[in-house]
Amino acid sequence: MIQVKNISKSFQGRSVIQNISFDFEAGKVNMIIGESGSGKTTLLKCMVGLNTIDSGEVLFDGRNFYNLNFNGKKEIRKEIGMLFQGGALFDSKTVEENVVFPISMFTDLSVSEKKDRANFCLQRVNLENANNLYPSELSGGMKKRVAIARAIAVQPKYLFCDEPNSGLDPKTSIVIDNLIKELTEEYNITTIVITHDMNSVIEIGDNIMFIYKGDKWWEGSKQEILKTDNQEVCDFVYATKFMKDLKTKF
Amino acid sequence: MNIFFHFGRYFILIKRAFAKPEKFSIYVNRIFEEMYILGIGSLGIVAIISIFMGAVITIQTAFNFESPLLPFYAIGVAVRDSMILEFSPAIVSLILAGKVGSSIASEIGTMRVTEQIDALEIMGINSAGYLIFPKIVASVLFNPILIIFSMFLGIAGGYVIGVMSEVTSSHQFIYGITYDFRPFNVVYALIKSGVFAFIIASVPAYQGYYTKGGALEVGRSSTKGVVYSSVLILAFDLILTKLLLA
Ligand SMILES: Nc1ncnc2c1ncn2[C@@H]1O[C@H](COP(=O)(O)OP(=O)(O)OP(=O)(O)O)[C@@H](O)[C@H]1O
Ligand SMILES: [Mg+2]
Repeated sequence: MIQVKNISKSFQGRSVIQNISFDFEAGKVNMIIGESGSGKTTLLKCMVGLNTIDSGEVLFDGRNFYNLNFNGKKEIRKEIGMLFQGGALFDSKTVEENVVFPISMFTDLSVSEKKDRANFCLQRVNLENANNLYPSELSGGMKKRVAIARAIAVQPKYLFCDEPNSGLDPKTSIVIDNLIKELTEEYNITTIVITHDMNSVIEIGDNIMFIYKGDKWWEGSKQEILKTDNQEVCDFVYATKFMKDLKTKF
Repeated sequence: MNIFFHFGRYFILIKRAFAKPEKFSIYVNRIFEEMYILGIGSLGIVAIISIFMGAVITIQTAFNFESPLLPFYAIGVAVRDSMILEFSPAIVSLILAGKVGSSIASEIGTMRVTEQIDALEIMGINSAGYLIFPKIVASVLFNPILIIFSMFLGIAGGYVIGVMSEVTSSHQFIYGITYDFRPFNVVYALIKSGVFAFIIASVPAYQGYYTKGGALEVGRSSTKGVVYSSVLILAFDLILTKLLLA
């Protein structure tokens, strides 16, 4: 479980996150949704110290991240698997080397065991026969999937995914959603998923936080989000005609 | 004000780069990798520059020394001393600052702006240690080898051009390069090249590591890395010469 308490963040005097608190539960898929530029990625980066924060606390199962020294923070980070919005693959390494990298850094497995583990992760994201390609030779969606495979390579306790299915076709998107859900429940991972995709929210979202211009505007479950009459949330949820039609049916 | 900020941040980064590695074997591999890229990859350019420098010094010395009062071995001595004392350690290091420095700054800068450094950090890896430490070690270990290589080739270049263009004879030149040879000069050159190697790897790495923005800024970091490391090499050249030879 990760608890965020009263986090605020501004860039050069421009406030981006205002006083957000939330409990991200273990074994659940916690979703952060909100329009583009609302501060979702910034919030996620604040939680792991990639952005500094102006005020607030982040507790990883009770451990106060910002009170820890450099090595203490490193220990927590070893338990995190993170998918960056842009993938952030190591472009000097092949697909397989990218996935093997965290495994060889933190385990003492033999070369063949490492490869097996990497291939297992790549299979789970539906990516086979791409092992020896470099990131520059991959499509956008393939990059994303390699990045997911890398994030789950060392069985994280906390899994952060910044838009895991942007750039994926609907079918692969569902595979990835289900993978995230399965892993979360199987290993009791505290999973945080940032998404724009209402399908994913309805498909796998357990707890949902809606961010609006840097404020936590709404929180609740996926059943609740379909029924809420909060104007900004409705504008987001029912932005497409498809969803609007869906609403009138109920 | 600004300069103190950069100095402080530079030293903090270097300290972090020298923190205890997460896994020793991986760092050792990284050092060999960097030696190959930074060291072996520079042999060609060092060879070309050294041969030409040696040749040019020979011709220039011969051209300026047309007095019968000067001993016949003067050309050999001049080539040897200029190569060992200044050209090999300083000029070659300046060239390397351009070649190696720009590649280090743009590599690390690109990793910064594409969030690869963040990805390392989030895995619990000390990114400064993983990226910068192997480059510094490889550079400091390999640069002296490059410098020795450069001295030999420079003197050889001088010999060949001198004998071919008949400004000196083989016997005179060889007598010259062995005349009153001081081994300390080579030690002095190696000390200098070690210090320069540290600058060549660490200053561009610093510039790259703190790149903010996108591709344009990566280019800027790379330029800054080369300019600052070149200026620092010249400054330390003066300081070390004063300390070691005065
Ligand atoms: N490093 C930075 N420096 C200055 N401003 C920043 C920085 N990073 C983000 N911002 C600003 O913070 C705001 C929120 O950005 P953020 O990336 O968190 O949005 P987001 O919700 O993730 O959007 P998207 O869905 O498009 O990814 C934006 O207005 C952006 O301009
Ligand atoms: Mg984002």
